[in-house]
Amino acid sequence: MVDATTCGTTDARTILHVRGLAVSAGPRALLRDIDLAIPERRVFGIIGPSGAGKSTLLRCLNRLVDLDESLHVSGDVELDGRSIFAPDVDVDTLRARVGILFQQPAIFPVSIEKNVLFGARHLRRLDRRAAADLAERALRDAALWDEVKDRLDAPAVKLSVGQQQRLCLARALALDPEVLLMDEPTSALDVQSTDAIERLIVRLAPRCTIVLVTHDIDQARRVTDRLACLGLRDGVGRLVQCGPCCELLDGRTNAEVAERLGGGSCCD
Amino acid sequence: MSEPTHENTEKPRSPAGERWVWLSGSALTLALLITLTLVAVVLGHGLSYFWPKTIEKIVLDDGSARLGQVSNRDVDPISGEPRVQYKIGNEDWYGHAFEWFDRSMIVETSIPRDAVLLERLSHGRFFGFLTEVRGGGTIDLGAVDPWDRLIEAQERVGELQKTVDDYEAEMHALNRRARKVGDQLAKLLYDRVPEDDPRVVRLREKRAALLGEIDAILEKSSAEEARIRQVATTFRDADGREGEIVVADIVRAVRPNAITFTEKCSVYASRFWELLSEEPRESNTAGGLFPALFGTIFMVFLMSIFCVPLGVVAAIYLHEYAKDGPLVRMVRIAVNNLAGVPSIVYGIFGLGFFVYMIGGRIDDLFFAHRLPEPTFGTGGVLWASLTLALLTVPVVIVSTEEGLAAIPGGIREGSLGIGATKFQTLTRILIPMASPGILTGFVLAMARAAGEVAPLMLLGVVKLAPSLPLDGEFPFVHFDRKFMHLGFHIYDVGFQSPDIEAVRPMVYVTTMLLLFVVATMSLTAIVVRNHMRRKYATGSF
Repeated sequence: MVDATTCGTTDARTILHVRGLAVSAGPRALLRDIDLAIPERRVFGIIGPSGAGKSTLLRCLNRLVDLDESLHVSGDVELDGRSIFAPDVDVDTLRARVGILFQQPAIFPVSIEKNVLFGARHLRRLDRRAAADLAERALRDAALWDEVKDRLDAPAVKLSVGQQQRLCLARALALDPEVLLMDEPTSALDVQSTDAIERLIVRLAPRCTIVLVTHDIDQARRVTDRLACLGLRDGVGRLVQCGPCCELLDGRTNAEVAERLGGGSCCD
Repeated sequence: MSEPTHENTEKPRSPAGERWVWLSGSALTLALLITLTLVAVVLGHGLSYFWPKTIEKIVLDDGSARLGQVSNRDVDPISGEPRVQYKIGNEDWYGHAFEWFDRSMIVETSIPRDAVLLERLSHGRFFGFLTEVRGGGTIDLGAVDPWDRLIEAQERVGELQKTVDDYEAEMHALNRRARKVGDQLAKLLYDRVPEDDPRVVRLREKRAALLGEIDAILEKSSAEEARIRQVATTFRDADGREGEIVVADIVRAVRPNAITFTEKCSVYASRFWELLSEEPRESNTAGGLFPALFGTIFMVFLMSIFCVPLGVVAAIYLHEYAKDGPLVRMVRIAVNNLAGVPSIVYGIFGLGFFVYMIGGRIDDLFFAHRLPEPTFGTGGVLWASLTLALLTVPVVIVSTEEGLAAIPGGIREGSLGIGATKFQTLTRILIPMASPGILTGFVLAMARAAGEVAPLMLLGVVKLAPSLPLDGEFPFVHFDRKFMHLGFHIYDVGFQSPDIEAVRPMVYVTTMLLLFVVATMSLTAIVVRNHMRRKYATGSF
């Protein structure tokens, strides 16, 4: 069993603390005994075979898991030392602090600018000038500004999928999130767009904590600082290994890593 | 070279299942054909009604003559002789307006240039020859030619008629005030205020004064009308019989045999406009359909105000909030079945619930002084539209739910995942994206509501409504008023009329108009829906 302290970090504060998290769908357990300490302003990777519950774990971190009524969550997640499942927590504020980026870009059928400001508008009252500044800043952060600055009023659905994904990123960044969850954000994209997103992840890391779910071990090598490996044991997702990326992956081939995850061995 | 040839020969000539394409194709063709025939028959009969047809003069073997328009041709079922039906009009002279003649009876047919067709305020159409127009001391006519004199007389009478119309408007206004005073009086008496109370006395005096004014104006108006009726014409029929026709009774005089094609077109247009803008005459067999047209549109409009918001909100609850379980499934089945309940059942429900229960209660509470004459406790446009809203709400619910189901799940998560509340997600994202589905429901609901007649017959549709449910009189919208409806008009004119020959064209015209109303409303909604669909298309998923 992996103890939270073994993947605890020495040089950064822990922002998200997952304690004994378990998720079940009716009688079937999906995740069991997950303990993680996610350090602040780092890229934290979650890898594992498909079906190991990576996405479900990610959705627990901003309570998006609540939307699926068939899922039952036990255990706890703490954000800055406070439980996010506490009754007095406002879910909408929580989700603004812990943003999420999906595999498929969820673009709203409005203009590019309105897409960026969709979340921000509702949380603060902005005048037109401030709104335009915020949109520009978010789009620059998402490296999309130069491509769309002339057509902010154009429908966002006209953008390419790669651009749409960066637009979603801009939308999340417009809220100044403390944590950004990414659920395989590049799996629907081509090589160039993947490259762009990866560079953004590295660039954003000093500003906000990023939790990246990926099934691509090379991507994990390239961008993550720390890594949690989920594996399937008896059909239930469990934490297999957790530690700095270099420790887990250096000197091993992808095949070895994958074999280790699939084999379900515990951390060494 | 040989390889592609080889490939071609290997392709099956008829892939499995495609042999039956002709069956589905011909089923579609049949359906299309039936629809097109229906539309063609209605349009053909409806549109030809306005055309000024040629007037023929026929001489029969007994020496008598007739003037009229051919209205039908067939073979006598008994003798096997071919025969022709003429519309000969002049019902007040002959006692009938249509007559069948065996082809062998007709000795001579001619097309007299000066034959005149009159559309009159009463007794229907008249066919004859104009002999004389008299000013009758009321007006002096300058023209010499009788036809020119008739046109001049019609213009002058039209001007004089305006004073009578003004008197009538004045009387109407006074009448309204008298009614209001009467209502106040009834209220006081209902509250057991004694007869000698100064308020009662004052109201009684006021009402008497108003009624006196009305009588005075009525006297002036009748005198003026009598003066106008002095302007008269003499017409002669095909047999030479002469008679007087008052110019004020003539709605339109046409000489179809003498006018050019363009003039015929203008007659056509003016008759069409009369249909859309005028009130019906002669127990709905002639004149316009404006009140029925207005009643239909108003009722459907009112219905949508009730049913669309209700249906949309219900569908949102069912799809976005309700937890899926046996109860929700049952509700959904019930909603789907509700759309199949016969409309007369809704009519009975509306009569019992809305009219007698709610309407009766309203009358008891607010209009008790008018009882036993009911105000809301009888059929009216409000109850009719509420009942139709109930009838059509399942359609809106079903299509709104379909619209919501078509939104990719990622959109909801994407919105909620960045901190938008459920309500914001609904109003800003989901409802706009479901709007094509909502509008589809709206179109279906409207088409169904505009065509329903059975429940309306219990809920306030009448063959002749004295006033529209919307007018310049405070409070402008009169929910308690009875109304006319094109669908009921078809039934009433077509099947409750003593003279079926005379009203047949009117039935077609009304049908045409009803189809036109439904098609226009649906088309508008479809155009808006397609616009929404383009606007809210979810791109490259």
